[in-house]
Amino acid sequence: MSHNAYITDERIEGDDEGPLAGRTVAVKDNISTDGVRTTCGSAMLDDYVPPYDATVVQRLKSAGATITGKTNMDEFGMGTTTETSAFGPTENPAAPGHVPGGSSGGSAAAVAAGEADFALGTDTGGSVRCPAAFCGVVGIKPTYGLVSRYGLIAYANSLEQIGPIAPSVEEAAELLEVIAGPDEHDATTRDPAAEGADTDYAAAADGDVAGMEIGIPTELVEGADEQVVETFWDAIDDLEAQGASYHEVDLPSVEHAVEAYYVIAMSEASSNLARFDGVRYGPSPDYEGNWNEEFAGVREEGFGEEVKRRILLGTYALSAGYHDKYYKKAQDARAWVKQDFDEALSEADVLASPTMPVPPMEMGESLDDPLTMYLADANTTPVNLANLPAISVPAGETDDGLPVGMQLVGPAFGETEMIRAGSALA
Amino acid sequence: MSDSAVEPEDVRHVASLARVDLDDEEVDRFVEQFADILDYFETLDEVPAVDSETDLANVMRADEVRDSLDQDEALGNAPESEAGFFKGPKVS
Repeated sequence: MSHNAYITDERIEGDDEGPLAGRTVAVKDNISTDGVRTTCGSAMLDDYVPPYDATVVQRLKSAGATITGKTNMDEFGMGTTTETSAFGPTENPAAPGHVPGGSSGGSAAAVAAGEADFALGTDTGGSVRCPAAFCGVVGIKPTYGLVSRYGLIAYANSLEQIGPIAPSVEEAAELLEVIAGPDEHDATTRDPAAEGADTDYAAAADGDVAGMEIGIPTELVEGADEQVVETFWDAIDDLEAQGASYHEVDLPSVEHAVEAYYVIAMSEASSNLARFDGVRYGPSPDYEGNWNEEFAGVREEGFGEEVKRRILLGTYALSAGYHDKYYKKAQDARAWVKQDFDEALSEADVLASPTMPVPPMEMGESLDDPLTMYLADANTTPVNLANLPAISVPAGETDDGLPVGMQLVGPAFGETEMIRAGSALA
Repeated sequence: MSDSAVEPEDVRHVASLARVDLDDEEVDRFVEQFADILDYFETLDEVPAVDSETDLANVMRADEVRDSLDQDEALGNAPESEAGFFKGPKVS
């Protein structure tokens, strides 16, 4: 485990038979596993052992999969590099000395290093797609409501989905088939079949893009690193040579996606993380003082700096006098982004952009400057705001051999078209 | 706490609302970073009001008794418990 991909290296055996029998899955450490420690990458949950399985874990076991362990992640999913983990950073197996992306960096690294056949990550603003792009593997962020979040330790409920990471599009689609579908324990899940959607995801990975129309949002390409842009257009040329055609589209709303995303995610986080009070779980509180003083002391000790930053900014955005200025405007921006994407997808089968505007950062490079790190999420966050599905597939490499990912976005519950488009590349 | 005018007491006030103690160095770093981040959030002012369609479905279920975690399992991760209850510090 030389890349520090795992926080807890403990096997969990699944059923003897099933579509994933004999195959291994690494599970991100914010997904509950009955009897196996689940830390969220935080000192706050260093000793936390869930008394039940997340729905996706139950589905993996029923499908015959063996879970290889719990993977490293940015603390509570808050980061783009897997460097905010209380258990140390993960190194990118595809780009030594560089970050694996985040927040599901351990999951992508485990797959890239061949330590697991598949992995589960979670994607709140790009946390499956970013590490997939940086580690040269495939990652899917499903439509909001396709995969149950029961047993996922919440960061920002209205944005996040659990999604598969795998070496190929077909394998990622195969894992999606196992975890997708309604769950009575998660009232936000929907039945995709009832929405009239095709759910034969693995069969859609047929590479047949003849006649497919691809929309390219100019705003998501223009600001990106030169070599990323070059690699992206080469991959578009490849799709064109296989029979697809493309046109450029304007999505003016996405210029505000990152700030809207961070206001909403931080606000939800400030509320969700209020449960970590040192009473029901967490470090043993042996401070002098009343409830509020002990509560504040446990949280100073248990949370890392990025988590404190987001809780404080979220608390501020929701506080009296600022709610309308930040939170309400962010909800307007969210509705605008959704409208823009729906319009663009009425004239295209999928929308394509670079997954990340930059190649993988060097380890340690971005820790001191949170705003720069937030801006790296420019291309992934709009998709969460719009509740849409997206896939990141390897598009090629920079001159220095750093992986570049292409993001393909589909309509709600239209996972099959982006899987088909992606399978023409990987 | 906007237009770059973030003061240490603003950070301490929000930290106390959020029940998170901070050391002086964290306060100093947050003063500087929050000014940049909030300036950036200010650009949301340019967003037009948008009518959004609500897409809601009724997911209520009958209120029937079901199996759940037993008391020992529910208390299993608590640093302190007593007689089947979570045990916390005094409230005031």
